[in-house]
Amino acid sequence: MATTRPMERRDFLKLGAVAGGGLFLLIYAPDSAAGGEAALSPNAFLRIDPSGAVTITVARSDMGQGVRTALPMIVAEELDADWDRVHITQADAHPDRYGRMMTVGSTSVRNGAWLPLRNAGAAAREMLVAAAAAQWGVSASTLRTERGRVRHDASGRSAGYGELADAAAALPIPAAPTLKDPARFTLIGTSPLQLDARDKVTGRAAYGIDARPPGLLFATVVHPPVFGSRVKSFDATKARAVTGVRSVVQISTGVAVVAEHTWAAFQGARALAITYENDGFAMSSADIFRSLAALAESPGVEAKRVGDVQAAMAGASARVEATYEAPYLAHATMEPMNCTADVRPDRVELWAPTQNPQGAQQLAARLAGVPLDRTVVHVQLMGCGWGRRSSTDFVQDAVETSKAVGAPVQVVWTREEDMQHDFYRPAAHVRLTGGLSADGTLVAATVRVAAQAISGGRNGVDSNAVASVADTPYAIPNYLVEYCRATNEVPVGYWRSVGPSQNTFIFESFIDELAAKAGARPGRLQARAAGQRAAHAPGAEPRRRAIGLGLVAPGRPRARRGPGRGQGRARGRGGRGVARARAHPRAQGDPRGRLRADHPPAHRRGTDVRLGRRRPHGGAVRGDHDRERARAAGQLQQLPHAAHGRDARGRRPRDPEPCRAGGRG
Amino acid sequence: MPAYTLRINGASRQVDVDGETRLLWVLRDILNLTGTKFGCGIAQCGACTVHLDGAAVRACTTRVAQVGTREVTTIEGLAPGGDHPLQTAWIAEDVPQCGYCQSGQLMAAAALLAKTPKPSDGEIDTAMAGNICRCGTYDRIRRAIHRAAGEG
Repeated sequence: MATTRPMERRDFLKLGAVAGGGLFLLIYAPDSAAGGEAALSPNAFLRIDPSGAVTITVARSDMGQGVRTALPMIVAEELDADWDRVHITQADAHPDRYGRMMTVGSTSVRNGAWLPLRNAGAAAREMLVAAAAAQWGVSASTLRTERGRVRHDASGRSAGYGELADAAAALPIPAAPTLKDPARFTLIGTSPLQLDARDKVTGRAAYGIDARPPGLLFATVVHPPVFGSRVKSFDATKARAVTGVRSVVQISTGVAVVAEHTWAAFQGARALAITYENDGFAMSSADIFRSLAALAESPGVEAKRVGDVQAAMAGASARVEATYEAPYLAHATMEPMNCTADVRPDRVELWAPTQNPQGAQQLAARLAGVPLDRTVVHVQLMGCGWGRRSSTDFVQDAVETSKAVGAPVQVVWTREEDMQHDFYRPAAHVRLTGGLSADGTLVAATVRVAAQAISGGRNGVDSNAVASVADTPYAIPNYLVEYCRATNEVPVGYWRSVGPSQNTFIFESFIDELAAKAGARPGRLQARAAGQRAAHAPGAEPRRRAIGLGLVAPGRPRARRGPGRGQGRARGRGGRGVARARAHPRAQGDPRGRLRADHPPAHRRGTDVRLGRRRPHGGAVRGDHDRERARAAGQLQQLPHAAHGRDARGRRPRDPEPCRAGGRG
Repeated sequence: MPAYTLRINGASRQVDVDGETRLLWVLRDILNLTGTKFGCGIAQCGACTVHLDGAAVRACTTRVAQVGTREVTTIEGLAPGGDHPLQTAWIAEDVPQCGYCQSGQLMAAAALLAKTPKPSDGEIDTAMAGNICRCGTYDRIRRAIHRAAGEG
């Protein structure tokens, strides 16, 4: 990790006043997530109380990725804080105080916090040391720090950070504090107890759904079951008759039932009779896959072109063609969508499980018609996120409902609404062709992806759709990737990594198909294809380069192989995960078999701080419980076998699961 | 409207709701015991697991009228001070990620250990099969149950 990149060394710190004494640092940092623009944006607070307690304000959202522990670790490492005295507070949304608060893409540490927070900890430490040096009349260079104390070994004197905090606060802030050599890290690289672990095992942790402001009413919203539809009219007679229901109101997203408790709201919602506009929409998954397949018949927009594919393919001694399809996927977070809002004429207060605090704040202010600085958004813990909570549709439900009834309201979606009104990972139809030379080398490949776009993208290419294929780790000398943009009414959005979650499986499976055609072991073909990217590793063996690319695990025993057993490795964009899975034929005559992971795949957490232990990153692939349970959580699709491979002759293991785009189940 | 007197975490609580109301929402919305979570509403995910006289049940499908005189135990009442051997083991094994399902996981595990003090892997898997964790903490859950059983 470079520690002297000029851009990032322009971080600076500012002293703030704090009641009750102590050292209080407002940490400014350029927001590299905003594209490295010159604007400086503060992104955290560090406070050392006279008692010695260290409080770090976390301005990113925690949905299980551990950012509430990882970010404080960075500060505490450089500060030499006593980890047992480190506390956190979660930052409320603020337009600019913390920089970009959007918590997506495993970027909290990489893009936002690493150097700024190290600098903050190091600056505070230098100030504490300087304060001690002045008090004791010794040179700062004779002092050392450990576990929240400054020590002078020659005299045996020591002082806790709390005792020095007031004096330190009067000192100038070092512009460029000395950072630790990473070799001396004692906290980073370990897995200390999560700061909120005890709350999570005692039921005290406050998720979005646990907000309980005084006078709270409970609501749910029925959204139009057909994508693109709107409420035309509704009859709430029966709903209002449900014991505990207080009111039924139409909001722009649907019909809200407000009650004394959530159960009554759910019962009221079931009793509603609603008619919708444009409810003649009828489209099935099969229709969508047919339209994607039709789209993929014609060339798309070029996402990547290397060499002369046509010529290389014509000269290849063997060709392999394959089509893969991946279904729409819901996020299915454990905690269904919810938000709590208290909309008053002159102010708004939200308790939101959101990955997008600033978006929630802006939306709430606009809907309620109050200024941004009178719109308070408390960021709650989240029972999973995966990108779903970067959208603010559920915030809108709560704000509009609270505004309509003039009371604090918690809107909780039923699980059914949560599954039916997601921003799904786009369904995809992916066609691949590969050309092999006589010696079994991959000399040419084409990939054509037909899918809806999540973002506009450059030159009409949605980078999500072609991720992990446009930026393949393989150096294929003649390579063409095309994107065919599909449009339909199904809402799509960021689902975990989006593209890599399916394209890695698809492309690596295609490599396996090529290897079978070439009569080679997949790993051998992988290594050879990787080895073609020789520029930065001249002379190295292909296998060694493949190890460097994360395609082959060094020093790992080879998995036992045999009927029904195997091991695959793949590398997606970012190189953050390696998964190993094992296929178990369920019974003779069952073509579907069963896939189970030997152990949770070694998805490294997005927070690169906690390298001491590898664990699934926010819930990658399940462990080894059975498939039926996975299906119950809508999670099965995360297993790679759920992308439907189809070979050149059009065979495929099974048809996609039907998913109704319209109609209430 | 009938009033129900419930025994919850050792205390007597009166609630004035329709008898069809599910226990989950009585706990969460009326009694502010929010440690018990809502996940699916149809007894498929286990996030709402509580004990009725020590047996694990799904609060989201348990009618308040069904509870009767049985003692309701929630995560808040599992152990005073939050130091049940399972809670200690959960921390020692660093089990939670997002943590949302863990109240239910702990209550299911506590019911298991009460009946089967030294469960095998198979017994753990069977007893915990109704509790979903979308973070995939199953391996650590199993280790934590073994750890608690070893110390119990």
